[in-house]
Amino acid sequence: MKRKPFLFAAAMAATTLLHVGNPAAAAETVKVGITWPLTGNAGAAGQASKAAAELVAEIVNNPHPELGDLPLAKGAGLPNLDGAKLELILTDHQGNPSLAQQLTTRLITQDKVHVMLGAYQSSCSFTATAVAERYGIPFMVGESAALNITGRGFKWVFRGTPIASDYARTYMRFFDDMKKAGKKIDTIAIVNENTDYGTSVAESITEEAKKANIAVAIRIPYSASSTDVSAQVLQLKDKNPDVVIFISYTADSILYMKTMKNLDYKPPMVIGDDSGFSDPSFVPAVFDVAQGVMNRSAWAVGKPGSTTYKINEMYKAKTGRDLDDTSARNMQSFFALIDAINRAGSTDPEKIRVALTQTDLKPEQLMMGYQGVKFDDTGQNILAATYLIQLHGKNYQLVWPEKAADAKLQWPMAGWAK
Amino acid sequence: MLLLQVVVGGLLLGAIYALFSSGLTLIWGMMNVINFAHGEFVMLGMYVALLVVVWLGGGPAAFGTAAAIALFVLGVVVYAGLIRHVMRGPMLAQILSTFGLALLLRYTAFWIFSANFVSLPDTSLSGTINLGGILLPVAQLVAGVVAIAFTIALHLLLTRTNIGSRLLAVSEDRSAAMLMGIRPDRMQALAWGLAGCAAGIAGALMATAYPWSPSVGETFGLIAFVVVAFGGFGSVPGALYAGLIIGLIQAVSAFWFGPIYKDIIVYSLFVALLWLRPQGLMGKA
Repeated sequence: MKRKPFLFAAAMAATTLLHVGNPAAAAETVKVGITWPLTGNAGAAGQASKAAAELVAEIVNNPHPELGDLPLAKGAGLPNLDGAKLELILTDHQGNPSLAQQLTTRLITQDKVHVMLGAYQSSCSFTATAVAERYGIPFMVGESAALNITGRGFKWVFRGTPIASDYARTYMRFFDDMKKAGKKIDTIAIVNENTDYGTSVAESITEEAKKANIAVAIRIPYSASSTDVSAQVLQLKDKNPDVVIFISYTADSILYMKTMKNLDYKPPMVIGDDSGFSDPSFVPAVFDVAQGVMNRSAWAVGKPGSTTYKINEMYKAKTGRDLDDTSARNMQSFFALIDAINRAGSTDPEKIRVALTQTDLKPEQLMMGYQGVKFDDTGQNILAATYLIQLHGKNYQLVWPEKAADAKLQWPMAGWAK
Repeated sequence: MLLLQVVVGGLLLGAIYALFSSGLTLIWGMMNVINFAHGEFVMLGMYVALLVVVWLGGGPAAFGTAAAIALFVLGVVVYAGLIRHVMRGPMLAQILSTFGLALLLRYTAFWIFSANFVSLPDTSLSGTINLGGILLPVAQLVAGVVAIAFTIALHLLLTRTNIGSRLLAVSEDRSAAMLMGIRPDRMQALAWGLAGCAAGIAGALMATAYPWSPSVGETFGLIAFVVVAFGGFGSVPGALYAGLIIGLIQAVSAFWFGPIYKDIIVYSLFVALLWLRPQGLMGKA
């Protein structure tokens, strides 16, 4: 078994904490405890986010005036704390909720971290945040999306990322814009896979559509392991909605696109809710029949010279890859957390918590397509939103909102060549 | 019109269900062994088709034949290397051995092909025929026709030819067949080969329409068991009728009541049928 040395190294990495940053440079440092899955099933996502968090520390700790209005990029360290630097203490919970809980306890009680960031899997964020709440340490949930992480009456838990209801609201704002531009959107159809993910997103969309006075012509829950989706496509054809929203995983989203082509059904617009539509196998499999399909992403590289473009270049230099939506959402949450620490002017947990509740970041201070960062009583960012992207050729391009767009929205979608 | 489209789609899908179930029912009929790895055979057929298209640029005839031959060989190897030996063991060993084989094949496929979803690049089977308003995707039409033809051919082979008689003789009385000069090992290896062959072709046909990953065998394996039990264990025509009926019921109920209800309806009818007729549609009591 060749894997043993690797497993041993992974175990060492999990037990010995990885110290990043330069603690010797400043008299005082702000200790940030982070717990992510650095190994295991989601190891790749955790590693990508680790690099993103290290990039945030590098941007904050060193002067980066070229990054515009991004909070704390200009100078070195946190100005209100006499230039204190960030020190990241990274731990690996391996996707295991009970390990996430133990590691958070250790980070707080032994490493005496001032704030916490984590934890990727919603299940791990769920347990880790409970520990921070008990010890009274601010916990920033970077990108976990499950609704139940906030709303438990916790005072110390904040979440920067958009959740299902934010995505639903974004779709409605998009429809509103389209209607103003003269497109007809009277009815929509929602097609969702029937586990937690698909069901919760579909319910949020149904609710928001009701508020926006858009009729849901049909909602079709289905099992993602279906071998045939012709019946669903024919149901859609029968109802003929103006927009079809798919909340689907990989095989099923590909199957839907192919079946729609086979049964010659092309609605004016198809919106895919991330997941299957963002899977690396989606575009190569169906780009020729899915031209103009829309998808969501809160991260966009942007035009050369823009702040986001520069951040992406820095990330690329570090890792060799473009920054992805998940890691970018983590970076944004981390920036919001550091902004609050700076405004608190102290590492006292209560002061940081109060500063977090007063957070009010404007769109130009963000690297993501949110409308801002502002936390409600449950700790959820109420201004979180997302961009919409559209498949043009073999690439998704940012098409909405218009002011951020790289390419012109095509409506109706082209689908396939005649 | 839409309903007619639904019915046609259901029947085409049902024909493929019938094809990949016929291999399972054949092995049961011959040897009273349930092959839990049957879904994995179908999965491997899909990957063989993919490799032939991507590496050799072969068309449908080439990848269909390649999948049939590759899986025929695999079927014979599995019989010679595994089944022949465990047949001498207790019943439980026979059940668990094919289950173990299923896991071995599935995780080997994960190792070689990774867990990413793949789909067959466009072939000459892409496209749709419009038949008086009913849209027939060429791939599914070819798949359905080939599936019905192959299932009927298998049935004729078993009932009308010398080889079929020898296969049946071995399954009815192994010792008596040996006394008649039939070599049971050869006949049973042939049965496994044919079962693999049917699964391979079904896999290649499914691959033209359906994106997959190594875990797809689970889905297909389950369908095959239902079809075989519905049609009657050991009966090839039973598998054909059952496949068509199940495909049809699934499609119509998904269209009328919604896709999440289709399996409830299929399995309720399945339980009701087993209650009235435990041996299945065409099984021997």
